[in-house]
Amino acid sequence: MIEIIDLSFGYSKKSTLLKKLNLKLEKGHIYGLLGKNGAGKSTLLKNIAGLAFPFEGKCMVNGKIAARRQPSFLQGLFFIPEEVHMPSLSTESFVARTAHFYPAFDRTYFYKLLSEFDVDREENLSKLSFGQQKKMMISFGLATNTSLLIMDEPTNGLDIPSKVQFRKVISSALSDERCIIISTHQVRDLDSLIDTLLVLHNKEIVVNLPLDVIGERLLFSSAGRANPDRILYAEDNMIGTNTISINTDEQYGKVDMELLFNAVVNGENLILQHLK
Amino acid sequence: MEFRENEAIYSQVANFVTEHIMLGKWLPEQKIPSVRELASDLQVNPHTVVRAYEILQSREVISNKRGIGFFIHSDAIEKIRSFSKERFMGQDLPELLKNMYLLGITIEEIGAQFESYKKTMNQSKQI
Repeated sequence: MIEIIDLSFGYSKKSTLLKKLNLKLEKGHIYGLLGKNGAGKSTLLKNIAGLAFPFEGKCMVNGKIAARRQPSFLQGLFFIPEEVHMPSLSTESFVARTAHFYPAFDRTYFYKLLSEFDVDREENLSKLSFGQQKKMMISFGLATNTSLLIMDEPTNGLDIPSKVQFRKVISSALSDERCIIISTHQVRDLDSLIDTLLVLHNKEIVVNLPLDVIGERLLFSSAGRANPDRILYAEDNMIGTNTISINTDEQYGKVDMELLFNAVVNGENLILQHLK
Repeated sequence: MEFRENEAIYSQVANFVTEHIMLGKWLPEQKIPSVRELASDLQVNPHTVVRAYEILQSREVISNKRGIGFFIHSDAIEKIRSFSKERFMGQDLPELLKNMYLLGITIEEIGAQFESYKKTMNQSKQI
């Protein structure tokens, strides 16, 4: 689906944000992209969407080079940025002007999603609140039925019922023909939704693994439940210590993505070695 | 659904299904929700539900009728009871015994509680 080969990118030649980055993504998965502020998550997503051009290497989507921005490439993907800017149009005229760029656009599904998300379809788009605008774009993006759907911080600005609705909608939107990439800081909003974790750190992808595999190799638990000899990373909280240890006796726990992320960005190479 | 921190989500989803069967909310030989329906209801990744259904298939609790969906086995309740009992004896009981020992709780104390619990359960069944 997506193949990124030795991609380097920076907004100026002096500062590279992504360096010799390699990444392969397949259809049928929901990828969660994590990275610190300024690590280059949005920039990576823009390179995939053909909105930013690498100065070295390339990004291929469905066999086409993203930076060439061919119509056949563009109609196969939808990108929802973190900040959406809505034109002063009604929903109806937005659909009339935009939907025909996406051959598989499903109008009925779009209006169904809007009502599930409780978005007023009669209101002018520029007059909607930030959260409502975002939900409108998520609905539109899903309804395009593109094989690639990229969402940058989709749950930002969503209220609590909308987050629940978002998870329901995304889990039923995944199919074998679709690849969904979500970048997020709100790990807890999405941790049951993501099946494969991507971590962008130090200009490259350092983790690209299914959560199942991570859970088989590492055990996330309180210090009491972990084998003290096998602890790779520990973090104190108010009521005790959370640990990551080597999983030896097949006790599959839930992967604590927040803890794993902290361990990785704090330079815990032991963890990365163990995941390889 | 609120997921516990100390258990993999797929195994919590499998428990969700077995609990529905044990409580009689879903009946033997009935069709259960499709992967997509349950994923959406529980707000989890469809692969997680697939994995939970695979486990339940290998334990002969449900079976997949191609093109129709997943159905509950006629003897699902006995199957669930036998592997749940195994899990209780292997995992929960040692933990319970350890706590009883540490807190000095006798088997008689527990026995009395258990008898009155069974009574209330049987009463609520009759109503």
